[in-house]
Amino acid sequence: MSLHPSAAASTAGASIDSAGATRGIAWREWLGQPGVVSLLTIAVLLLVWQTVTSLRLIEPLFLPPPAAVWAKFLSVSTTGFVDASLWQHTAASLTRVAIALLLAVLFAVPLGLWIGLSPTARGVFDPLIEFYRPVPPLAYLPLIVIWFGIGELSKVLLILLAIFAPVVIATATGVRNTDATRLRAAQSFGATRWQLLRFVVLPSALPEILTGLRVGLGVGWSTLVAAELVAATRGLGFMVQSAAQFLNTDIVLLGIFVIAIIAFGLELGLRALQRRFVPWQGKA
Amino acid sequence: MIEVKNLSVAYAAREKRSAGVSPVVIDGLSLSVPPGALVALLGPSGCGKSSLLNVIAGFVEPSAGTAAVSGRVIHGPGADRGVVFQDDALLPWLDVIGNVSFPLVLRGVQAAEREATARRFLELVGLKGFERRSIWELSGGMRQRVGIARALAADPEVLLMDEPFGALDALTRERMQELLLKVWRATGKTIVVVTHGVEEATFLATDLVVLSRRPARIVHHLKLHFGTRHADGEPARAIKSLPEFVAVREQVLASVFTQDEVEHA
Repeated sequence: MSLHPSAAASTAGASIDSAGATRGIAWREWLGQPGVVSLLTIAVLLLVWQTVTSLRLIEPLFLPPPAAVWAKFLSVSTTGFVDASLWQHTAASLTRVAIALLLAVLFAVPLGLWIGLSPTARGVFDPLIEFYRPVPPLAYLPLIVIWFGIGELSKVLLILLAIFAPVVIATATGVRNTDATRLRAAQSFGATRWQLLRFVVLPSALPEILTGLRVGLGVGWSTLVAAELVAATRGLGFMVQSAAQFLNTDIVLLGIFVIAIIAFGLELGLRALQRRFVPWQGKA
Repeated sequence: MIEVKNLSVAYAAREKRSAGVSPVVIDGLSLSVPPGALVALLGPSGCGKSSLLNVIAGFVEPSAGTAAVSGRVIHGPGADRGVVFQDDALLPWLDVIGNVSFPLVLRGVQAAEREATARRFLELVGLKGFERRSIWELSGGMRQRVGIARALAADPEVLLMDEPFGALDALTRERMQELLLKVWRATGKTIVVVTHGVEEATFLATDLVVLSRRPARIVHHLKLHFGTRHADGEPARAIKSLPEFVAVREQVLASVFTQDEVEHA
């Protein structure tokens, strides 16, 4: 080991300072940031889209130019499409997902806690959840419609089922991963079973629960179009579906963009929530 | 006081264990410790010193014999025995003062009283001003201080420490030894420390217990006074350099070494 760190540092500094290299490194650093690369990718894609449509390489019926989609965005925002504005469609979809999410928190989290704590509950519910989880929502949608009709209940239920499994599984995993010495510590202070659950197990599982909600919300949001296929009069999925029937490709594209942007926003929101409520994640 | 009588601990046959290692960890061990003692449990690794501590903590049920604190036979963990763990076992979702007041929350103590108690013990372990810090911002030594303050806040009769300074660097370790003696003197608690450090054990203990290899029995039970002398004001380094201290340390080291050689013969 060198006893003269200052000497070593100055040599290293000299090599970086050598003229043009500095500018090269700064440029590469700027380009190396993930955000910059992502923005560039989007810009390139938009440019390709614009070029392909201006050169009429693809019929506007199949791929309308960006400007047309933007114009549709403005008109659907104000005058609306199929008796409802873009915001009303969006609000209808978000309300369904929000109700499903709320129900998932109310039922899936306690069930996950139970499964994580009790081997019996695990034995009972694990096969049930693993049975329906890999089935695509569209496959059991007809059954839900037969049982629960074509109203709001069926739509919310379909989204709820999609959110349910990841939340239950994540919660149960979180519970089982509770640090054994932390439980022992609480026991040595005389904690009751209920206190162990409330003060040690639940906070320990919180990071996993939030991850489960994040995954579940992603799956639930992507089930939306399927849920709104049946007898909906509002919703982003319904909007895309009915626009497709009239070959309104610009509205289809618009709908897809709005669905994607909202999904991205939800993901960012839940990540922020995770940072806010479990700042210790990965640190302790 | 702690009274261990004819204690045996054996792992159940179904628990996995390496071939050739006896399932009997402790075999007919008896130990009596007066109140206010500072006991250091020393022995070759895997000898069962942690098992002995876990029996006293109530985490492990003995297969025969009893362990008792102040005449009450131990069955399961209880608030009369506080435990400090090697990997601190703090709750990262609570800040420093939240962790120290945690045992009082479990007991339903009022917020104002909780805070006053927690602040008192944080000051004792030298963490005044760190009340609102997050656990993950603290160094290993500071975390152990929080762990000690938390165990003390529960006001146990006995403080049990399982290799509390094992993961700390040498300098921090020496500081923590001095801190432990300060806490011991200030609170008058009976303390049991499991340790690998021969010098640490010799320095701290009023009762130094050397255990044999598995199944554990007591090889030596030495009554020492170096920790008491430090608590009375003698500097730690001066004590550790005394010919008398070095002689005891070497004697203890030799007896642990012998046990370890039997193990590996």
